[in-house]
This record gives sequence, C-alpha cells and structure tokens, in this order.
Amino acid sequence: MLNVGRLLLKTMRMIGLILLVLVFATPFLWMAVTSVKSLTETLTFPPIWIPETIMWKNFVAAWESGPFLRYLVNSVIVSGSILVLQLFTIIPAAYAFARYRFRGDKLLFGITMVTLMIPAQLIFLPLYLQFSEWNILDTHLALILPFAANAFGIFMLRQSFKQVPEELIEAARLDQAGEWKIMYKVMVPIAKPVIITFALFSFITSWNDYFWPLVMTTSETARTLPVGITALMNVEGGVAYNIMMAGNMLLVVPVLIIFFFAQRQIIRAFVYTGEK
Amino acid sequence: MPKVPLRLVATEAEVKGWATTMSIWARIRPYIMVAPAMIVFLLFFIYPIGYMIYLSFFEWDFISPVKDFVGFDNFTGLAQSNEFHQVIQNTIIYTLLTVGVTTVISLLLAIWLNKPSKAYSFVQGAIFSPHIISLVSIAMLWMWLMDPQYGLLNWILNVFGLPGSEWLASPDTALLSLVLVSVWQGIGFNTLIIIAGLQSIPPHLYEAAELDQSSRWTTFYKITLPMVSPTLFFLIIINLISSFKVFETIDIMTQGGPVNATNTIVYYIYEYGFRYFQLGYASSAGVILLIVLTIFTALYFWVAGRRVHYQ
Repeated sequence: MLNVGRLLLKTMRMIGLILLVLVFATPFLWMAVTSVKSLTETLTFPPIWIPETIMWKNFVAAWESGPFLRYLVNSVIVSGSILVLQLFTIIPAAYAFARYRFRGDKLLFGITMVTLMIPAQLIFLPLYLQFSEWNILDTHLALILPFAANAFGIFMLRQSFKQVPEELIEAARLDQAGEWKIMYKVMVPIAKPVIITFALFSFITSWNDYFWPLVMTTSETARTLPVGITALMNVEGGVAYNIMMAGNMLLVVPVLIIFFFAQRQIIRAFVYTGEK
Repeated sequence: MPKVPLRLVATEAEVKGWATTMSIWARIRPYIMVAPAMIVFLLFFIYPIGYMIYLSFFEWDFISPVKDFVGFDNFTGLAQSNEFHQVIQNTIIYTLLTVGVTTVISLLLAIWLNKPSKAYSFVQGAIFSPHIISLVSIAMLWMWLMDPQYGLLNWILNVFGLPGSEWLASPDTALLSLVLVSVWQGIGFNTLIIIAGLQSIPPHLYEAAELDQSSRWTTFYKITLPMVSPTLFFLIIINLISSFKVFETIDIMTQGGPVNATNTIVYYIYEYGFRYFQLGYASSAGVILLIVLTIFTALYFWVAGRRVHYQ
C-alpha cells in the first residue's frame, strides 16, 4: 500500500512539473506554430495546433515588409560595439579598483555604483536633447555611447580580480612584467569565465533592447531589430499575427539557441545582476 | 624566490612610502585605467540627471530658443493633474500586484524546485527562458494570446467552461493583463535567486529541526522563511525598481489605454516629452521618478549594510 501511495505522489509531482513547463513553453510553441500558419488558420476558433501546410513564405513576407537586413546589420553592429567597448572600459577600471589604492578611489567607485540605479528610462529625455545638440540622433553612436561602460560589469569583474592571489602578481612583477601586461596576460585569463559570463549578459541585453533605439532613432538608418519588428503590427490594415510571429522568430531564435548552448553561464550572468 | 607577504591591500605606511618613491607614471596609472569608464558615467548618467533636474524648473518646447523659468510650476501642475494622479495610481497598483504575486509564487516554486536532479534543473531552465527573450517579442506574443476573439487564453478558459475575457481591450482588465505578462516573465528569474538563497542555508539547521520532530510548517516558518528573508527583501526592492520603470509592454500592447487605464509614469514622461514636447513638464515627472528610485535604492543599500552584520 505504501508503494502505491509513493507512486501516486511521484506521478502527481511529474504532472506538476510538466504543467509548469507547459505554462512557460506553450507561448513560445504557439509563436512557432503561428509563424507558419496561413492567415485564415490564425483566425479559426477553436485554434488549430497543426497547420495544414507549413507556410515558410510568412518569413519571406516578414523579411520583405521592411528593411530587415538593415535592422539585422544594425543590431549586430550596435550589440557588438557595445560589448567590445565595454570590455575595453571595464577591464582596466575593475583592475584599478581591485588592485590599487589612489586618492578619490572611493568616490569614483561610488559614482560607478550610483549609475547602477539610474535606468535608461530616467535619462532618455536629457540625453536626447544632448545628442540632438551633438547631431548624433538617429546614428549608431547614440545607441552605443551611453552603454560603452557598465557599472555592473566593473563590480562583477572587480570581485574576481580581488580573489587572484597576490603571489601570482608579485611573481609576474619579478619577471619584469609591466602592470598592463600583468592585467592582460595574468588577470584576464584567470577571470575568463567571469568575462564570458558578463559578455553573454551584455550581448543579450543590448540585442533585446527596445527602449533606447525607440527613443533615439527616427528612421531605419540606425534602427535595430526590436524596433523594426514592431512595424509588423500595422501591416495592411488588419493584424496579421502569422507574419508578426514570423518576424519575432527572427529576434527570438538566435537568443534561444545561445541559451540552449550556454544555459548555465547565462543564468549565472542574469542571476548575478539580481544578487549583486 | 623571496617570500612574499600574502596580503591584498597595502598598509597606510606602504602607500605613503610608494607615494614618495613611485614614479609619476605609476601614480597616475590608476586614473588612466578608470578614466574611460568614468567619462562614460559622468557624461551619460550623472550629467543628464543634473540637466533633467534643471529642466524641471523651466517651460520649454524644444523648438523655441528660450527656456522660460517657471519655478515649481511644473510640479504644482503635476500635483493638480487628474491624469497624472491616475498614472501614479496605475503605477502603484501595477507595481504592488506584480511584486506581490511574483514573490509569493516564486517562493513556493523555489521550495518545490530546489532539488538536485536533471529533471528539476531542466524545469528551472524552462521557467527562466522568458527572462532572456526580448520584451518586444513577449509583448507581441501575449497580445496574440490575449486576442479576445482568436486568442489562446480565451480558448483555454472556454475549455474549462469559463467565459472569455476582454483582456487588453477593456479598462477593467487591461492593467491586470499587463501584470499577468510581467509575472509570467519574471517568475523564473526570481525563483532561481530564491533557490540560490535556499541553498546557502546551513543544513545543520534542518537536521536540528528534524531531531526536534518539528512539523513541515514549523520548519518553514521558523527556519526557511527567516533565513531566506534577506534574499526576498533584495528581490522585492529590485522588482519594485523594475516595475516602476515598465515601458515596453505598455508601449506595444496598450499605449497607455484604454482610457488611460494602463498609463504609467515612464510612459507618461515619454508621451509628454516626445508627443506633446512639454520638456520641462516631462522632466519634472522624471524628477519624481528619480526620487522614488532613490528611496528604493537607499533601502537597498540600508539592507545590504545590515546584511553584512548578519554574517
């Protein structure tokens, strides 16, 4: 009797887990199914789960509804430049904060921490005016510059630089290595897992960002995918959910693929932002 | 190899010693290292905050060359605007519901899913996945799910014999619909952080409870909850901050409507800045948001400071 009870409990737990996964996976599955449906099938109620013919041409329609190649190239340029710039600004700053004491170091680190509480949604207006004066609205620069450094990255990397044993650095100094060389040849390789974790966080965040490109761009010249895709919401009068979902697949699938391969690292990166 | 003292931080005497013997180059090196990041922070975070505060005392439409100084008029304008009152009310309702529901569900899920098995970590990954997807896609996807006529949600309700909802189309349910999306999106992230908190609870506490034969509920109430409460408090503050700056789902799903029912503070700033070109007025709403975020952040650091004493 005891075994039956235990089996029942185990089964119920399994069902619970499956239900949980369904709640979080079904919407994405639904997105994928819709993206290959015909328009009449999206307007059928009760909904159709398996489309009669797979409409691959929805993707072509979404792609051709606007300058999507432009958006894609812009997205890659912006997310890539932000990542590269961040690595150039963050690594030396984190190294200095972790390893040196200098006049004003606490103040400068304080400024760094204060920027953590200032979201883009707070400063877009003054920066918009600033960028309009500099004549860089609607350019890649306006999308990249404010994110060229990242306080969270400095904080995260500083922690890992601090944990490197002093002996290792002294040994490198005895080998006549300069400070810059120590930073790039000794510290960076040791902190590599943290740097990769941060890089994933940074790339996904800027790849997904909608707010900043929305407020800083007015034409497709600099606009990135997330903003470009919203144009699919007003295609030819009515809402064509199948085309809309096909467009969104272009935005979602790359991130899901990265997530599939680097799940642990990505979760660590995002959870780290919460724990701080 | 000479023996090297194992210390991470130099003593005061050493610092003073270096200061006199170190080359100028060595002395300015740390400044050169932090300079690029600091320039970015000062130019694109600190300065704009100051400029926003300055602008909040002016009336300006962006086109006219003159800014009119109006003192606190923008703020009294906000205080008297019924529209702004509703915006604040919406923001607070949205925030309280989102944070409350997300925290409770995440805590329950974390306790359930905190098991070291492949199946459980797969489920953890699955519920986390919405957190890395662009909010644009999530907003557009849920618009489709919430379509009153052809959406999946009403179909599911019908299957269970329940009447469908108007979701985003009705002022009564639009804000709640946005809360639902936000809770769905945020649960995975919150659950994983709480799991990390649960795993840092020393196992001997549970062993002691078992020896005392305390019930499951007592163990939860007396051990789990107090031990995980600092984590919960952190999460609540982070969630408060992110709920207060909600924008994407509103812009894509409702544009603040119907009849202002889902207009929240960031969307309000955006509208007054970019649609009506009342830059001073929008800035003063920004200053109010700044004050709220500062309070939350101060709370955050206050708790962080106290947390150090615990350990």
